[in-house]
Amino acid sequence: MVKGAQALIESLRREGVTHVFGYAGATICEAADALAASDIGYTLVRTEQNAGHMASGYARMSGKVGVCMVTSGPGATNLITGIATAYMDSIPMVAITGQVESHLLGRDIFQEVDITGAVAPFIKHSYLVKDAREIPRIVKEAFHIASTGRQGPVLIDIPSDIQKKEIDPIYPETVDLRGYKPSYKGNVVQIRRVADAIEEAKRPVICAGGGIFSAGARDELRALAESAGIPVVTTMMGLGVLATDHPLNMGMIGSFGNICANKALAKSDLLILAGARVANRAILSPTEIGRRMRTIHLDVDPAEIGKNVSTNIPVVGDIRCILRQIMEHGPHVDSQDWIDALQEKRKGELAAELPRLKAGVHPGKVMKSLGLQMDEDACVCVDVGQNQIWACRYLPLHGGRFLTTGGLGTMGYALPAAIGAKVACPDCQTIVVCGDGGFQMAFNELATLVSQGSDVKIVLLENHVLGLVNEIQKKSYSGPFGVNLDGSPDFELLARAYGIAFGRVEDDDHIDEAVERMFAHEGPYILCCSVDADTTTGD
Amino acid sequence: MKKIISVLVENQAGVLNRITGLFSRRAFNIESLAVGVTDDKNMSRITIIVDSGNNVVEQVEKQLNKLVDVIKVRTIEENHMIGRELILIKVSANTRTRQDILNVCQIMGGKIDDVSPTSMTLELSDTTEKVDLFEELLRPFSILEVARTGLVALQKGHGAI
Ligand SMILES: Cc1ncc(C[n+]2csc(CCOP(=O)(O)OP(=O)(O)O)c2C)c(N)n1
Repeated sequence: MVKGAQALIESLRREGVTHVFGYAGATICEAADALAASDIGYTLVRTEQNAGHMASGYARMSGKVGVCMVTSGPGATNLITGIATAYMDSIPMVAITGQVESHLLGRDIFQEVDITGAVAPFIKHSYLVKDAREIPRIVKEAFHIASTGRQGPVLIDIPSDIQKKEIDPIYPETVDLRGYKPSYKGNVVQIRRVADAIEEAKRPVICAGGGIFSAGARDELRALAESAGIPVVTTMMGLGVLATDHPLNMGMIGSFGNICANKALAKSDLLILAGARVANRAILSPTEIGRRMRTIHLDVDPAEIGKNVSTNIPVVGDIRCILRQIMEHGPHVDSQDWIDALQEKRKGELAAELPRLKAGVHPGKVMKSLGLQMDEDACVCVDVGQNQIWACRYLPLHGGRFLTTGGLGTMGYALPAAIGAKVACPDCQTIVVCGDGGFQMAFNELATLVSQGSDVKIVLLENHVLGLVNEIQKKSYSGPFGVNLDGSPDFELLARAYGIAFGRVEDDDHIDEAVERMFAHEGPYILCCSVDADTTTGD
Repeated sequence: MKKIISVLVENQAGVLNRITGLFSRRAFNIESLAVGVTDDKNMSRITIIVDSGNNVVEQVEKQLNKLVDVIKVRTIEENHMIGRELILIKVSANTRTRQDILNVCQIMGGKIDDVSPTSMTLELSDTTEKVDLFEELLRPFSILEVARTGLVALQKGHGAI
């Protein structure tokens, strides 16, 4: 006989879990006990939301399911933003929450919340465990659901008495869910139609989204683009699919994207959406698209097809598999003129000189310097706001990863995501780009970073305002309101308080050496870049 | 055009919640919803009537299919289904009006379920339009209380979902 909690941890071990991000509390003590006795690693975060973000960064870098574990009530509610963020970005995650004793459920006792009810609109699936003997089956199902089809978070809520209950666990080898059968292979007739459509196109373009990374289909996407001769644009979640200087990469689409990418999209006669949701910030006028060009939509989630933009040829399945299937037909487009014209625009855009601003650094120049000096395979975690737009637009990517939250746009994501990423890939250079607003939502995790001894480089764009909102309010409202970050700490003193090295750069002339100093330092580092509050994303 | 969406789900706690939650979150309008277990105890059937365009119904179907507890989803056009609704209606009645109420009931094919010195309770099961008319005809007698089930429906002919 073992306790429910022991069966839980053994089930995690069987799913290949090697690390859990969590926060302690009364209703999760039994599980913590069992975890302590196992060989699974553990990171204590500083607030539960960030356990979710760390699990997300971990999942995105490891390709495995990220796991977080917190207590009931406030622990669970604090985790909600982490779950919603993972859901919108389709990140595989299993969240485990403690719950009050099962016979007391529904009585509003101390630290009881209906967490499965609260997260229902933005979670892939959830379980409230009522019988300890079900734990092995539920964990098996949860990992299967989180990691297959369109990936996403799954919650397991376990009352404390169920964790204590003695059982004889039976660990199932397989999952049997009659209501859940995601497609893997693309329909062969549809695949043929895709290949034919490519052959017939004159100005095709592939729009790659985050689904390419979820499916591990980066190589396949590049292979198709190169062999068929199709230029590629990406959504924000698809950034990094091709190196920035890859001759077929025309940049990021959308309201904050590159001019060349948006041109390519507007002028194309065949749009191939590959693992991209075509949300409102990416494609401004979906109806226009449906009218002007043929569209092929490759996605693992049938509900995404036709949701935002009408589609001529839908293909549902695993993107990696679908791309391989398409390549078997060896489609090819004679598109050199189209590619040449786009490349010229793209080169012009990439080579454009950035101006010297009236004060502070040009953030775009910081991004360019970072891109030049960072490792080829660096993982860059980017927060939300102007800093994100500058990073998307100016940071050259090579073969590494660009982790940001495109779906929910949760400020404070980058730092915890980087800590999670570093746990997954300790040898991978990991960089955070954030603003002083987002940083102050997350800097409590500097303690986690220090305790983990993680070598994370933080590039902090300090403009003393909530920059993006400041910019919007100036442009379209009666003026800035409630965006001044008065009372912010001296970040150098803050860094020192945590024992983290610090550097500052105040003008364009010293960017390169400041970045060089940061990378030369062994261990965590905060590079604070002074940005004038008036600097806009249009500068 | 009205469509019936018939959904087979796992008979488990929280399933109905997930489904109604999905409708409200995605701003899909439900005209009626009825739930009951099927001949298989582990499965329930949820019958949902929506009055929306094809695109909306397609999205409803796809989103329902994404729920892990949903086993099967089918949509049927209004003219391919038999739909019925039940109404219970209590009206004021006295010796002077009782006969008139009885006439309405008989013409419409309704039934009398209860009579008191000052009231009558009637029942009718029919299409929504007929039920509406029934209610309208009884309005002059002063309606005290109404309960309607909303539409339940099955596919015409031999076919089953
Ligand atoms: C949790 C959260 N709250 C509010 C917002 C709205 N918001 C979007 S960008 C932004 C400003 C971000 O300011 P900062 O972190 O300083 O970055 P900057 O724009 O200055 O680069 C805000 C408040 C958000 N995205 N996330």
